[in-house]
Amino acid sequence: MNKKLVNKVFWVLMLGGILLCVAIFSLAVGPAGIPVKKIIPILLEGKGTVEYNILFDIRLPRIILGFAIGGALSLAGIILQGMFRNPLVEPYTLGISGGAALGVSLNIIFGLYKIGILTLPFFGFLGAAAVIMLVYFLNMRKGIVKLQGLLLNGVMISFISSSLIMLIMSLSRSEDLHGIVFWIMGSLEEPDWAIIKVTVSAAIALLVISYLFCLDLNAFSLGEEEALHLGVPIERTKRLLFIIASLLTGFSVSVAGMIGFVGLVVPHFVRMFVGSDHRISLIAAFLAGGAFLIFCDTLARTIIAPLELPVGVITGILGGSLFVYALTRREIH
Amino acid sequence: MLKIINLTCGYGTKIVLYDISFNINRGEFLGIIGPNGSGKTTLLRALSRAIAPMRGEILIEGKNIRTAPSKELAKDIAVVSQNPPLNHMSVEEFILLGRIPHYQGFQFFETKKDLEIAERSMDLTGIFKLKSQPLSQISGGERQLVLIARALAQEPRVLLLDEPTAHLDIAHQVGILDLIKRLNKEFGLTVIIVLHDLNLASEYCQELLLINKGRIHKMGRPDEVLDYQTIEEVYKTIVVVEKNPLSSKPYILLVSGEERQKRGKEA
Repeated sequence: MNKKLVNKVFWVLMLGGILLCVAIFSLAVGPAGIPVKKIIPILLEGKGTVEYNILFDIRLPRIILGFAIGGALSLAGIILQGMFRNPLVEPYTLGISGGAALGVSLNIIFGLYKIGILTLPFFGFLGAAAVIMLVYFLNMRKGIVKLQGLLLNGVMISFISSSLIMLIMSLSRSEDLHGIVFWIMGSLEEPDWAIIKVTVSAAIALLVISYLFCLDLNAFSLGEEEALHLGVPIERTKRLLFIIASLLTGFSVSVAGMIGFVGLVVPHFVRMFVGSDHRISLIAAFLAGGAFLIFCDTLARTIIAPLELPVGVITGILGGSLFVYALTRREIH
Repeated sequence: MLKIINLTCGYGTKIVLYDISFNINRGEFLGIIGPNGSGKTTLLRALSRAIAPMRGEILIEGKNIRTAPSKELAKDIAVVSQNPPLNHMSVEEFILLGRIPHYQGFQFFETKKDLEIAERSMDLTGIFKLKSQPLSQISGGERQLVLIARALAQEPRVLLLDEPTAHLDIAHQVGILDLIKRLNKEFGLTVIIVLHDLNLASEYCQELLLINKGRIHKMGRPDEVLDYQTIEEVYKTIVVVEKNPLSSKPYILLVSGEERQKRGKEA
């Protein structure tokens, strides 16, 4: 048993190490190449130099945001997959991101963002919250949440939202169109430090809260009825976990747009390597998700520099191919 | 220990059990028998809180199981269900899940005591050698033992079992029921078991509850419940009831259609 614990701690430390390496790599790479060994002298010199500004005002915010959002999406994914006992569930399957995208599109087409740029994430959050409420109440029967229905409704609401977004796009002027498209594809560009701070604190707070449910999630892996036999108050637990996952997705989407596949692929790989014990996989998924998104974002801004690709495109291509590779390899064995 | 008072329950609007009332004393070994679809499993699921009563109540030592906290109840009642979904855990990890109700608030990892209890329940069920095997690689008989070991790790006072001998060969059937009997005798565990096989029920259970069409048909000792009139009435099948020469418990013999016709002509 001690060996197992050591094994677990090893995985967390290793993922932490990978995260740190990716972050340093991301800090050093960019159109203005700053070698890794120069980072510390620049830090010591302090404010004022151009390099300092590049590191702290351009690259570091993106890394921190990538950590928070990658971690949050991946955490939401592993919670939902554990709860539904279905490896194909991810935050976006529940229609939450569709709702957020719809909110933001409405904001752009009515020109509300001119009031203040902060109205964009706010509208994203409103949209996400509206869908969460809708999905949730559509599936409440006598106070019981039906998980299977939740999934189907989520997928349908996702379709309806994306159709509505296309309707909005077909009716909108070209300059608005660009804004909507870019937002839908996802980006970690976020100039406002306050938003970044709020996002990071929210992501970590929700990680701590969801950790309180790690044993319940382990019990859920045997099915709801067995979880009940093990003394898990299943209705309350399902409700709270659903709210946690929705919040994680809602704020991620409203800050960074639609970044797909993180919530699907990362939890899958974490389970493959770390195992399905949620006491360890919750933390592992958060760290791995953060590292994955920082890495994808670094690629997004360097591949065709000085232009920038939407990070959602990279996570989709990279995550999707990795996923297919992992699945086919597993079938051979 | 357990009091079932005017219990009526079912699924949605469909009522499966009507007005069931009975008591179970501490240390009893109760078998629930009855034809397919009579409500045996439903009764067990009502006792394990998986379905809510429409009317009536179930009390365990005076506590209503609808209102008592689930964690407390999981320390009192453990359930061995028929086909729970299993995942990729090892046998030991699976059995340690049975310790969840005993974890303190903010305790996430098992203590030495939890490990000892898991080990003891593996010893009792004779599966210690399977400890680190994955659940997906064990046989049907071992699987039942693992499920029972997890239930024991909960340190319950009542054990509910749903056909633990289904799909097992005779050696495993006897092995499982001997084990349950031993737990009942040595540790005073109250056992409520759903059984399909009337002969096993007769041989092992101290009390039998015969359910037919959602109502209690008869309750009592095996020799009181298992006479041929009762069985033929409930199961609509011709049987011969003899006595087991060793235990002198009732033993039910089946009669094939061919045999029935032959006898009919002779008569």
